[in-house]
Amino acid sequence: MQHDDVIWDVIGNRAFCSFKVKTKVQNFCRNEYNITGLCNRSSCPLANSQYATIREEKGQCFLYMKVIERAAFPARMWEKVKLSKNYEKALEQIDQNLIYWPRFIRHKCKQRFTKITQYLIRIRKLTLKRQRKLVPLSRKVEAREKRKEEKALIAAQLDNAIEKELLERLKQGTYGDIYNFPIHAFDKALEHQDEESETDSEEEEDDEDVGKKEFVAEDEIEESDLSDFEDMDNLKAGSDEHEESSEEDESEEEMEEEPEASGSKGKMPLKGAVFRKKRAYVEIEYEQEMEPVPKSKAT
Amino acid sequence: MDVVEEHDIQDKPTKKKTKKPKKQPKPPHENGNDSMIEKTEPEHVDAPAEFSFPPTFSVSEIKNKQRRHLMFMKLKQEKRKQKVAMKKKKKKERDALGDKAPPKEVPKTIENQRVYDETTVNPEDEEVAFDEGTDEFSAYFNRLTNPKVLITTSDRPRGRTVRFCNQLATVIPDAHVYYRRGLALKKVIPQCIARGFTYLMVINEDRKVPNGMVLCHLPDGPTAHFKVSSVRLRKEMKRRGKDPTEHSPEVILNNFTTRLGHSMGRLFAALFPHDPQFVGRQVATFHNQRDFIFFRFHRYIFKNEKRVGIQELGPRFTLKLRSLQKGTFDSKFGEYEWVLKRHENDVCRRRFNL
Repeated sequence: MQHDDVIWDVIGNRAFCSFKVKTKVQNFCRNEYNITGLCNRSSCPLANSQYATIREEKGQCFLYMKVIERAAFPARMWEKVKLSKNYEKALEQIDQNLIYWPRFIRHKCKQRFTKITQYLIRIRKLTLKRQRKLVPLSRKVEAREKRKEEKALIAAQLDNAIEKELLERLKQGTYGDIYNFPIHAFDKALEHQDEESETDSEEEEDDEDVGKKEFVAEDEIEESDLSDFEDMDNLKAGSDEHEESSEEDESEEEMEEEPEASGSKGKMPLKGAVFRKKRAYVEIEYEQEMEPVPKSKAT
Repeated sequence: MDVVEEHDIQDKPTKKKTKKPKKQPKPPHENGNDSMIEKTEPEHVDAPAEFSFPPTFSVSEIKNKQRRHLMFMKLKQEKRKQKVAMKKKKKKERDALGDKAPPKEVPKTIENQRVYDETTVNPEDEEVAFDEGTDEFSAYFNRLTNPKVLITTSDRPRGRTVRFCNQLATVIPDAHVYYRRGLALKKVIPQCIARGFTYLMVINEDRKVPNGMVLCHLPDGPTAHFKVSSVRLRKEMKRRGKDPTEHSPEVILNNFTTRLGHSMGRLFAALFPHDPQFVGRQVATFHNQRDFIFFRFHRYIFKNEKRVGIQELGPRFTLKLRSLQKGTFDSKFGEYEWVLKRHENDVCRRRFNL
């Protein structure tokens, strides 16, 4: 006989139910015929002999019903009714089939049916929109490509290539008269004869460069890169900090060496450019503490 | 037996006193020894007396890891010494010969050894010239159209991609950035054409980083799909200069040699206006090396006729061509002119397509 209460007492409260999923706050029921998905006395399909659900297969909704008369025939237990595709008509169908059934089940069936139709609509809408195609990456391949790219970058020597190309273009005269450098080839050939014209062109250069912007260093340095400038700034900043610290020392210790110290440090920014040509070296200055003047106690 | 004894004597004495002279795993290889001796005689002569290796001995036969490692290190040292000796000898010879010395050998690089691609373009090729006169870019190269670029992204771009798009828009004159908002590209394209755009650039994003680019030449032009990597935005650049100005930059295209490379070059060239403004002194470079296209944006200055200084502004990124499709963007039914097939290039690492 179907003893719903006993069944519930056993599986719901005391012993094990294989469909039950326990979480901290709530219990869920994994049974596919469960109408709400929660593990409750009224939602458990095993503990209710009269039960109904809505299930969806391939876009089609069905109403499943279970009555106590068929409890002995598990193969025929669930009665399957195909619901119409029209939402209202389907709701009426549910009402008709579940007439005289408990309010809870009727309500929950209709709710579930509504949810299902909503998500089916959404699926259909999404498939019309653009879908993201996920392309799997192979880690090995990506690593290999990355390495190849690095090697190619090194082999490319971009800066040199760009500089060469620009100089080529200058030689070929694509820039026209903007830069009035004397053409190198001519000079080479007519070196001895045209010394005068060279000086002339240099003067011309000076005149023409009046309005133009140029990056000029403080001092003469071998301009291999413009990148040197940043380092120069750092150097300057370093020497400034040094000066400040030395001043602090001065005030504390009152050394006669101060003017020398600041003097030598003061020279650094000027010498900065030349400095860099020599190898970097550290200037160590030894500051000697004078013995504190013994204070005489007045007696 | 004599043979075996000989080997024992010549066995390498190890430097460490703790190690006893090894019992060689000789016995199993006795048979091989005889035949091998003659072959390896010269090697014997060369090796210094202290660490003479018995010829047939292979380091991998020592079972003890520490000793094996030690032996291997010694082997390496010896080889290095030999190499240095060879170099010295060669140098001496070269100095001795003086002017008559044979020219220095050029080291082999991948670029030197590149497998000759039959589609390499010969500058005087008539067929190529004819093709280029009548292809989709001919309108641009005949100065009929001015480039106008539309830059957009994939759905819901993240900050990095958005910033990248904005920076690209400053680099390319007459470029407009629009948000994607879930629009389908096929619907976007006719609208673009109607508004006179010549290029559509879509930056694809994955995991908050730009990783792909679709470059579509508009009226009915080819669509190129690239893989984008190593994107550096402006503030990540070291020693960069001020922001790029509005002047049209010059364009440098390096190393586009094959037919495919040629069409790529034209594709990139048509992004920029015809006449660069030399006043701005800006240059955009697309440099192809081993099928990777490196994009850089610099400001240059000529210090004298032999020297130029360049300062990098602007974003930098690398592209790798994945596919070239005739016609505007149509991934399903489009006709692909070229598709990257990894296994083709895996066979020979000196073969490149661009």
